[in-house]
Amino acid sequence: MASGLTVIFGVSRIVNFAHGSLYMLGAYLAWTLVTSLPRGHLGFWGGVLGAALAVGVIGLVVEMLLLRRIYRAPELFQLLATFGVVLVVQDLALLTWGAQDLLGPRAPGLRGSVEILGLRFPLYELFLIVVGPVVLGLLLLLFHRTRWGTLVRAATQDREMVGALGVNQRMLFTSVFFLGSVLAGLGGALQLPRESVNLHMDLAIITEAFVVVVVGGLGSLSGAALAALLIGELHAFGILVFPKITLVLVFLVMAVVLVVRPHGLRGKPQPAAHGVAAAEPMIGAAPPALKLAGAVALLLAVALPPFLGDYALTVLTEIAICILFAASLHLIMGPGGMASFGHAAYFGLGAYGAALAATWLGVPMLGGLAMAPVLAGIFGVVFGWFCVRLSGVYSAMLTLAFAQIAWSVAFQWVELTGGDNGILGVWPDGWAAPKLAYYYLALALCLGGTLLLRRVVHAPFGYALRAQRDSALRAEAIGIDAFRIRWWGFTLAAIAAGVAGGLFAYGKGSVFPTYLAIPRSVDALLMVLLGGVQTLSGPIVGAIAYAGLQERLMRLLEYWRLVLGAVIILLVLFFPQGLAGAARFFWERRHGDA
Amino acid sequence: MLKVSGLSAHYGRAHILEEVALEVAAGEVVVLLGRNGAGKSTTMKAIMGLVPPSAGRVEFDGAEITGREPFEIARRGLGYVPEERRIFTELTVLENLEVGRRPAPPGATPWTPARLFELFPSLGRMQDRPGGRMSGGEQQMLTIARTLMGNPRLILLDEPSEGLAPVVVERMAEAIVTLKASGLGILLSEQNLHFARGVSDRATIIEKGRIRWSGTIPALLEAEEVREQYLSV
Repeated sequence: MASGLTVIFGVSRIVNFAHGSLYMLGAYLAWTLVTSLPRGHLGFWGGVLGAALAVGVIGLVVEMLLLRRIYRAPELFQLLATFGVVLVVQDLALLTWGAQDLLGPRAPGLRGSVEILGLRFPLYELFLIVVGPVVLGLLLLLFHRTRWGTLVRAATQDREMVGALGVNQRMLFTSVFFLGSVLAGLGGALQLPRESVNLHMDLAIITEAFVVVVVGGLGSLSGAALAALLIGELHAFGILVFPKITLVLVFLVMAVVLVVRPHGLRGKPQPAAHGVAAAEPMIGAAPPALKLAGAVALLLAVALPPFLGDYALTVLTEIAICILFAASLHLIMGPGGMASFGHAAYFGLGAYGAALAATWLGVPMLGGLAMAPVLAGIFGVVFGWFCVRLSGVYSAMLTLAFAQIAWSVAFQWVELTGGDNGILGVWPDGWAAPKLAYYYLALALCLGGTLLLRRVVHAPFGYALRAQRDSALRAEAIGIDAFRIRWWGFTLAAIAAGVAGGLFAYGKGSVFPTYLAIPRSVDALLMVLLGGVQTLSGPIVGAIAYAGLQERLMRLLEYWRLVLGAVIILLVLFFPQGLAGAARFFWERRHGDA
Repeated sequence: MLKVSGLSAHYGRAHILEEVALEVAAGEVVVLLGRNGAGKSTTMKAIMGLVPPSAGRVEFDGAEITGREPFEIARRGLGYVPEERRIFTELTVLENLEVGRRPAPPGATPWTPARLFELFPSLGRMQDRPGGRMSGGEQQMLTIARTLMGNPRLILLDEPSEGLAPVVVERMAEAIVTLKASGLGILLSEQNLHFARGVSDRATIIEKGRIRWSGTIPALLEAEEVREQYLSV
């Protein structure tokens, strides 16, 4: 699995969420094939291989229809598109196979177990232990002993140059993607006799595989193998020694490895991308028309609510909170140039900060709301110190790791946080209890926060932030401490997300570990990317569009993920600048080349 | 063999090439002279399809290749040696050559690593060395050799003398003369007139994306005011 991912990532530089979906499809398809084919060796192994090949073909279709069109898009956009695929596949799998876990048959011939050093090992596990290195060995041979492998390794470094030497690099990519998909499918299919097949396999495996790939070093097969071994051992022994913190343990290891070896165990520094001198568009002051539109929207947001029902008010409150949350992420992603896959950590920490202050210390609402950014900010400082040292995907993965740590602590420290049951009864004080009053409070805080963030971008600090994004080296040469600037930017974003989280906690009246979990981080990412990373109004538009869309779809449709995923994919294909970016593009075109 | 006419290109709204026209015959070496940023590299990238041309026409061997995919253009026998060298640093010398390998047109003697090591003997002494652990001059030789492995009939050679020691530049000039003698057409880009005059038949001067002057090397050596205006630093 991880080797499939590292192959694909190495060559295409596409960070691919959909790989988890391919893995899941491999398991489901294997289940269908194995249970419908006649029993026996042929039925089982034929089913497994058939599933792997079928997944390869599915991967091929996805690559040709979708990914091929966006190779030139920024990494984060590719990520967004693949996440759209994840959503679509999830619902398609739900449609086809239903929501129940499926149990696969055991592998014929490998049902028994053997005794090694007094411990009983199932034969099938031993078989898997052998298969892994064999596949890896074959891959290494393929990459180092064939012309195809040489071309792939060359393309890993400089795709365009390989093309200029007469290689049809598009075909090359497609073949690599096929291979990667087959491996993912095979990985999924081979899990069949071990565990039940379910709809959560995709995100679970992708997180783990990303960890393996990043710990091992991007594009390094041997590194991935080493990391897979390390993580596997940790799982096995961690359960014996510290059963409570295995979740944390894996991510702690990742954090340690990345701090000591920023490019993974066997990885090398990523070469700067060739040819694409990524000069980000300038951010100017808002044009008068946009200011007008903003003013009208604000006026509506203030004037309309008294005439709306409670439900609409709740939705509007959530949208306001989403805007601040998205804007905070936008600060580090757009002007800061750092991707965060774990921004929910600070949102959730804010929520927990407020809730803990309310339930354990008994402080009133305003105190709780004040605690939210403090807690988020403290962790922003700590986590940020690690994250901003790294760059690109590594930094993004580290943010994910920290978010996962925060999530597992919230999930497993039942005494403090109530674990899965969360903290209930976090209600606003009397004066803010009516939905309308709370809406205005949220609106004021979120709008204030968002405008403040906007001001920051236009302040000297914002200039420095953008300068270090465009060229850290040059920024340092003129006396900007890039590290400190990034760190402060990160912390600021964490604080703002904390405010949003605190407001969310009081709005819902409860706090759950899901507030810190990956899906919420992805929500934020989607909002920012949907709106457009390089426009200031982007996060606002994106938050409104995404929150609104999800809200409507969830209520109206059973298969809302399918629709949402499809919408995301279409948006990426047709509006690669995001909604606000696309609007600006059309605006500028209509008004000619000024 | 290569005929470029009215070629223009833009980066965003900025005009970077305006109606560039030039021609290279089989077995001829034409040098594209100009200062830094004059448009030499962009001209080559536009011919190769790496920068999309906004107008104009590129013909190679009688067929139009404007706006085709770089790999298609390369397969027709037009080789490209980039200025930044762009060696595959993780791959060994032999593997770098393998990436460039394409079948030779019928009747031609195909390039092999052995023949290339005759042309660039120093490469032959480091066949298994990763491209990242070579000197600038060795990398420059490797880029040329890598492109030759595709058995092109004409190559675009972008500033091969840049940043190299005088003795290596000398070696490069010898190689170009040998290649020309074998019938290979070369479009060379240079700032270094001294290097260019020794190997070229004709010169074309580019400045701010426009062709300003074209003629033979002897004519350029006569025209002092042209050199003064466009080439002196």
